[in-house]
Amino acid sequence: MITTSSAMSHPAPLPAPLPGTPVLEVEDLSVEFRTPKGVVRAVNGISYEVHPGETVAILGESGSGKSVSVQAVMGILDSPPGFVTGGRVLFEGRDLLGASAEEQRAVRGPGMSMIFQDALSSLNPVFTVGHQIAEMFRAHLGTSRKEAKEAAIELLDRVRIPAARERVNAYPHQFSGGMRQRVMIAMALALNPRVLIADEPTTALDVTVQAQIMELLKDLQRDTGMGLLLITHDLGVVNEVADRVLVMYAGNVVETGTVDEVFSDPSHPYTEGLMASVPAVEDKGKRLQPIVGTPPDLSRIPSGCPFHPRCPRRVLEGAPPGRNCRDDVPLLLPVGSIGRASACHYREEVLRARRTGTPA
Amino acid sequence: MGRYIARRLLLTIPVLIGASFLIFAMVYALPGDPIRALAGDRPLSEAVQAQLRAEYNLDDPLWLQYLKYVGGLLQGDFGTDFSGRAVLDTIEQRLPVTARLALAAVIFEALIGLTAGILAGIRRGSFFDNLVLVTTTLIVSVPVFVLGFVAQYVFGLRLGLFPTSGIGEGWYSYVLPGLVLASLSLAYVARLTRTSLAENLRQDYVRTARAKGLKPAVVIGKHTLRNSLIPVVTFIGADIGALMGGAIVTETIFNIPGLGRAVYDSVLRQEGAVVVGIVTLFVFFYIFFNLVVDILYALLDPRIRYD
Amino acid sequence: MTERPPTDRATGLATPEHGTDQPRTERAEATLEAEVAGSPAIEEASLWSDAWRSLRRNPFFLVGALLLAVFLVMAAFPQLFTSVDPRSCDLARSAEGPSGSAWFGYDVQGCDYYANVVHGARVSVTIGFLAMLGTLALGIVIGSLAGYHGGWIDSVLARVTDIFYGLPLILGAFILLSVLPERGVLEVALALVVFGWMTSMRLVRSTVVSVKEADYVQAARALGAPTRRILVRHILPNAIAPVLVYSTIYIGTLIAAEATLTFLGIGLQLPEISWGLQINSAQTRLRDAAHLIFFPSIFLSLTVLSFILIGDALRDALDPKLR
Repeated sequence: MITTSSAMSHPAPLPAPLPGTPVLEVEDLSVEFRTPKGVVRAVNGISYEVHPGETVAILGESGSGKSVSVQAVMGILDSPPGFVTGGRVLFEGRDLLGASAEEQRAVRGPGMSMIFQDALSSLNPVFTVGHQIAEMFRAHLGTSRKEAKEAAIELLDRVRIPAARERVNAYPHQFSGGMRQRVMIAMALALNPRVLIADEPTTALDVTVQAQIMELLKDLQRDTGMGLLLITHDLGVVNEVADRVLVMYAGNVVETGTVDEVFSDPSHPYTEGLMASVPAVEDKGKRLQPIVGTPPDLSRIPSGCPFHPRCPRRVLEGAPPGRNCRDDVPLLLPVGSIGRASACHYREEVLRARRTGTPA
Repeated sequence: MGRYIARRLLLTIPVLIGASFLIFAMVYALPGDPIRALAGDRPLSEAVQAQLRAEYNLDDPLWLQYLKYVGGLLQGDFGTDFSGRAVLDTIEQRLPVTARLALAAVIFEALIGLTAGILAGIRRGSFFDNLVLVTTTLIVSVPVFVLGFVAQYVFGLRLGLFPTSGIGEGWYSYVLPGLVLASLSLAYVARLTRTSLAENLRQDYVRTARAKGLKPAVVIGKHTLRNSLIPVVTFIGADIGALMGGAIVTETIFNIPGLGRAVYDSVLRQEGAVVVGIVTLFVFFYIFFNLVVDILYALLDPRIRYD
Repeated sequence: MTERPPTDRATGLATPEHGTDQPRTERAEATLEAEVAGSPAIEEASLWSDAWRSLRRNPFFLVGALLLAVFLVMAAFPQLFTSVDPRSCDLARSAEGPSGSAWFGYDVQGCDYYANVVHGARVSVTIGFLAMLGTLALGIVIGSLAGYHGGWIDSVLARVTDIFYGLPLILGAFILLSVLPERGVLEVALALVVFGWMTSMRLVRSTVVSVKEADYVQAARALGAPTRRILVRHILPNAIAPVLVYSTIYIGTLIAAEATLTFLGIGLQLPEISWGLQINSAQTRLRDAAHLIFFPSIFLSLTVLSFILIGDALRDALDPKLR
């Protein structure tokens, strides 16, 4: 925490939560887009919790609804066409979706804050980075212009931007991609949020810079004890930094659990497919196996299990009652150890098949 | 920046020369005899005609006439009309009138155009948005001189609110003609603002501003508007020059003794020197304001670099 | 890898490929082939059919098309609208107001004003189309010259364009017409072309430049396609949409410009029948015979409006991004 800045000596105007409360709780959240060409169901009832100091990753391909779901949580969904059609978003136990627009706004910044994939387009091109960071202090705490600028310099320093005092007056386009993402992070962390949502924070960056940014995020999380909600399609990033993971497909959570369990022992064929499509050192020389087909159009989600048209383990003919992959929608149900769940009719079989090494 | 301005200034020289030669050639090279026109029905003796021709260099080849003219221009001599009055006098007397008219027009253009455009752009698809769309379409469709008559008829003759002719009532006289002169640009500014605002509202940085927990008024009024106004401000700036050149119709209808009216009268009387002088001045203003806008652009948008 | 909200997909911009179980790589190759082989054709087809679908539902377009149809018929066959001879006049009826027998009243000469106003459509529409065609021809020739060759030709033409931009359309045409010995339909159209070709030139030039740099044209060139073939097959189809939108709106501007010049006394001359002349001869009668200004103004404005409505609708339909 920045202790030297007088701006930071005023805590953000948020009540202290009961101990043990998750910093962010999402319950059965659904989002749809109403467009002239029909309704697109982007998120279909997903639930998760983020505790202080914890990193939760939402993993999925583009179009799986992962970005939309966090925009709804942040309350920055473009509406219309986007609408939250159900569920609750609890920030430190308080329901945000039912709160007034003004109350929601007050949480954004000091409570929850967010960084985006493309820092160049996400920063305003006509204001200096210092101005954009200082704006957080000025808007939420009413800090004076001069103090806010000093605080901005400290933040730039903290995200390890060299020569922060000079760079504070530069415009976003004058930074490199990695440095710009650091500016975004500095801005998001300005008011010491309790939870940071990072939407594909490293996707647009070079591989070497990606690692630096993730390392910076981890360090800052350790310092501040904030919760981190990480949206990504990068399995490697999840593996390295996340404690728990939600795998999303076509607007649904198809599998969830600790990263160790889910990655070493997937219980959903989609997760299996994701693992098989990544090169691993021990598999050197073997062919990678991509998942066939493409993610479904969210305005025409397949019947039954949304993954069934692409699923190598699907059971259609002679399926037991209620477990036909084309007709019956699988629910997210517990599997394996406590806290794990999978939305596959054959989750136990998938787990067992992998353990015994036999294909289904 | 300095080097950019210098280069731009250099580039304007051939344009200014080209434009003034174009006007000069049209006025002096094409058929039509100014001396005879001047004489009208009165017979002029051959000797007098020849003397007049010599006085106005009308017997020289065109390029020489032009060179002599430019030579005069460089010494601040715009020539004289047939009654012997210096063209520069006419300009000095009439420029303030046209400048006031153009200023009135720009104020209307900015005030009304921006307000309508911003309100429409924030709430796309609303009643007001559609009202702005329909109104601007209508304004653009009605030729300026027709709009002038409508304004005179409704506000002048029927309601008696504004004078319809001349500049006898000071600034008040410029309200109606200023509005009419501004009409087309005003509609364009409203539409440009609306489109630009709507486009910028979709940008990622607006989402960021909302994620920062800023008030909606700040998200739109500061972050979005600051970007949306860049093309609008530059359009308005460049339009000042165009408005002066376009004042010919408005000044004629409202009987305003400005430069446009002077061009109109001189063209009908075939007063070549006056036409060439004033129209060259119009071209100069047009180029000048475009240059100003280019510099303005760099100040408004930090991404623009001129080197 | 950008994840966009599905709205974009729903507008038909994003997902041309759902539902196929083809592996990614094969499909990518197929698309690449199609692009090299002539993707404009494919894009064009859906562009125009999509555009037509959105036009049919656009009330502004329907109003504009109806108005335009009326004025085109009026220009071609004025007898369908009135059986009265516009030139049979009775000075005793000078400037009489509208009545049951003469809907628009009588002009200063005592001629039936409705017949005169109806017959005025022809020159306006003729000059509009004539000047637009001339503008387009000049714009295409100069624009493709500048865009395709680039280099010093481009720079010189750019300066020439700047020179003409310095002179407003009305002012330039006004001066040019004042020195021409004759001022008929052709002369007025010519004056409007001479001072109005610049925008169409820039439009064509920028299309040519952008298409020239496009990957599929580079590919066609790499495969040895001759220059003219590239121009005709790839560049022209891409230029059609913007040029069409521009010319439709511009005809309206030209019709208004002609009326303005004529009104200023420097365009068409009597005994031509035109809205500009009618308004010109009535301008001193605003106080006592406002209908003489009112009726031709309405017809003139509606004609201009029809072109602008259609042009706006076309732009929205052909370029969904601008909506």
